[in-house]
Amino acid sequence: MKIAVLSGKGGTGKTTVSASLAYSIENSQYIDCDVEEPNGAIFLKPELQKTYEVKVPVPEVDSSVCNGCGKCAKTCQFHALAVIKDKVLVFSEICHHCGACLIACPVGAIHETERTIGMIETNESGTFLHGRLNIGEPVGIPIIRELKKRMRDEGLVILDCPPGASCSVMKSVHGCDYCILVTEPTPFGLHDLKIAAELIQKMGIPYGVIINKATPTEKIIHPFCAENGIEVLLEIPFSREIAENYSKGILPAEATSDWKTKFGEVARKCAIQGREGG
Amino acid sequence: MKQVSFVSGKGGTGKSTVVSSLSLLVKNKMLADCDVDAPNLHLLLDNKVLLAEDFYGARAAVINRDVCLQCGRCRGVCRFDAINESFEIVPMHCEGCGACTIVCPVEAIRLETVKTGQTFVSGTARGTFAHALLDIGADGSGKLVTEVRKKLEQFKKDEQWILIDGSPGIGCVVIASIAGADAVVAVAEPTKSGLSDLERVLGVARHFRISGFVCINKFDLNPEITVEIENFCKNNDFTVIGKIPFDPGVMKALQEYKTPIEAGDQQFTQELENLWQNLQEEMNKKIDMD
Repeated sequence: MKIAVLSGKGGTGKTTVSASLAYSIENSQYIDCDVEEPNGAIFLKPELQKTYEVKVPVPEVDSSVCNGCGKCAKTCQFHALAVIKDKVLVFSEICHHCGACLIACPVGAIHETERTIGMIETNESGTFLHGRLNIGEPVGIPIIRELKKRMRDEGLVILDCPPGASCSVMKSVHGCDYCILVTEPTPFGLHDLKIAAELIQKMGIPYGVIINKATPTEKIIHPFCAENGIEVLLEIPFSREIAENYSKGILPAEATSDWKTKFGEVARKCAIQGREGG
Repeated sequence: MKQVSFVSGKGGTGKSTVVSSLSLLVKNKMLADCDVDAPNLHLLLDNKVLLAEDFYGARAAVINRDVCLQCGRCRGVCRFDAINESFEIVPMHCEGCGACTIVCPVEAIRLETVKTGQTFVSGTARGTFAHALLDIGADGSGKLVTEVRKKLEQFKKDEQWILIDGSPGIGCVVIASIAGADAVVAVAEPTKSGLSDLERVLGVARHFRISGFVCINKFDLNPEITVEIENFCKNNDFTVIGKIPFDPGVMKALQEYKTPIEAGDQQFTQELENLWQNLQEEMNKKIDMD
């Protein structure tokens, strides 16, 4: 059972929710797909023992073979190659690793070499995984792909997704059985919840909502969920104590057994709905 | 004209709250919301749209089924599993690289431009404002950010500042939000994750040689980590230009679609005035040093 946790807006509590779910269900697997800013390790405190570099193929031009025809640069849709004075320059940061330039080169002057863009770390048992994109690198999707290759087929898998609603979120969510959308009761939270909900509907995955920083009088998220028949799975109250604990790396589920029970119930409910929906 | 980009490694640290509030304090400026995945600034601005345009920021392969021989060469070269067994393009996976178009022996495949979002330029009581909406799940959000900034500059009169509301993270959207800016202000919270995320986003600013400054939001939530952040900044030549206390009033104001300044939060207003004063002084200092 694969459950993805996402939010549209950043900082609504994706990591709080996904780490709490993983914490509350024994032998579950937690995967932090927010490779730009992975934070799950702060809360779950795994002993990271294995490291894998994530490498992507990038073109290298053999200048003794290259005839400077420029077909590679013309073919590259991402402007990662340019021909200046019959010499090919490669801008490997913007390369999409598609290999089109290799195919286009009429004289076989291009081969591929590997470039490291980040890494993956896991604990011994593989129940905790996260990835980290190197500073200055624009695209973390190859790291997300590597993480997802290590996803288990059995048991509960929790995917902590990146913020936003772009391709990296879609690639994280792809193949999951159920989605939890985490939001907060502000106009920002609602606006971005709508975007995330639209994304998940488009992908045809069943989903529910968790409201973080919930205030008793809010009239922002509840009416939206009621109107659209979206289940509110849980509310985590707006409280200075929870915020202070968070700042120290302590999950609500860790602070009181009551919250551990609640998150356990949410995980079970999502698993049932995911099975029915799939 | 100077451009200041507000970013954060971790999301939800208060970028939009700070930028929307500064939009009431700073005179003679333009505003850009570059968080194109999840734009929020327009929710707090009374904006009248002057220009709305579709943005075509990506390409995708299209197969002409009448011509296709189903020989499978395209599937052999596609590294993204974007062509399925029935020789249909899977839009979500297609990167638009065109490798398939090169190997097709009968020219059955071509690349077509794809709409990836919309840009808007609006008139507001607080200055000209640009934002965008990325289409759901679309590729190339960095390009859309660059487009937002380009569109805004077309409406430039004699404004002195552009305030940019950036996005969380350290990837292409952030890079596009800070490229060419005169200063980056990282908004951080004093949490365990906040410090490591702050270090990473300031690393990106430094990588692109842009002066980085720091605003610590909810600084009193964890005084120890606030001190850690301040020490980190001191040791790495980043100036802390503002410290805003934890204040439930901010949440209350936002729930009423107001900035804390409009809601009459005096302490918050004072802190933001200080932040802006400090930023100007620090930016002038950097210019003197250069």
